[in-house]
Amino acid sequence: MGSRPDSDAFPWQLKILIAGGFGVGKTTFVGSASEIEPLSTEEHLTTASLDTDSLAGVERKSTTTVAMDFGRITFPEDNVVLYLFGTPGQDRFWFMWDELSRGTVGAIVLADTRRLQDCFGAIEFFEQRGIYFLVAVNEFDNAMYYTPDEVRNALALHESVPLLLCDARDTQSATRTLISLLEYVLTTSAPQPTP
Amino acid sequence: MRPYIVTNGRTHPSATLELLSMVRSTGRVACDRLGPEHAQTLRLCHSPTTVAEVAGHLRQPAVVVKILLSDLIGTGAVTTHDPTATAEVTTDLIEAVLNGLKTRL
Repeated sequence: MGSRPDSDAFPWQLKILIAGGFGVGKTTFVGSASEIEPLSTEEHLTTASLDTDSLAGVERKSTTTVAMDFGRITFPEDNVVLYLFGTPGQDRFWFMWDELSRGTVGAIVLADTRRLQDCFGAIEFFEQRGIYFLVAVNEFDNAMYYTPDEVRNALALHESVPLLLCDARDTQSATRTLISLLEYVLTTSAPQPTP
Repeated sequence: MRPYIVTNGRTHPSATLELLSMVRSTGRVACDRLGPEHAQTLRLCHSPTTVAEVAGHLRQPAVVVKILLSDLIGTGAVTTHDPTATAEVTTDLIEAVLNGLKTRL
């Protein structure tokens, strides 16, 4: 193995978060879209601390261990890798989303119509931080059916936020959901054309 | 591997590494000159990869892997690169991924 620093350049990265309540299908979604078997790692995440630089603050810093699932899709022609991170589902881990969401291009909030309230936290989080997101209703077998308008109303979603249906188990469906998110990001972030 | 035995009890990496920090072996240090944990870590960095991915394959907490990678960076066995920053996420980059995803349908 020779040393060829330049011919093996580091790829660009794009990160998308897959959020939603516990058991809504985040890991399934990551697995369907990813080109590799989803991997998991535990990260120690530091809770917010006002004075991390001073030794006096050390006692007030605490860390929590959180397991995260992730996958990736590589686009070799463009030297880009898309990473998909499933966010921890439990409410008590919201505080560490800041670290996960840094540098993210956008998020997909998976919703289960039987437990819509489970994704309120994720929606609120992304709204407050101005992170682009869409809501994808995961179509579980035997799930009660609601019209998209009913779901939009129940979630009090802004009309600009895309709401779509997906099947987290299906690669095509998961891929289409990722495409919808990136198209939304591009159209929303593009400068408005002058009349 | 027992997490904090392989790190000699250390709980903080010496290098600044995030989950999406990229790592790659330099080829300057041979695996057989390293202990089994470091050698296994180095082998996973054969082509550019991320801290998260190395941790996933080693089935170790990210902080343990960051310590192992820090050691390898210290000896020149591994080189690292910061994750793509928010400011570097350009329209071109998003479009490249968007077009790439469409070809997968």
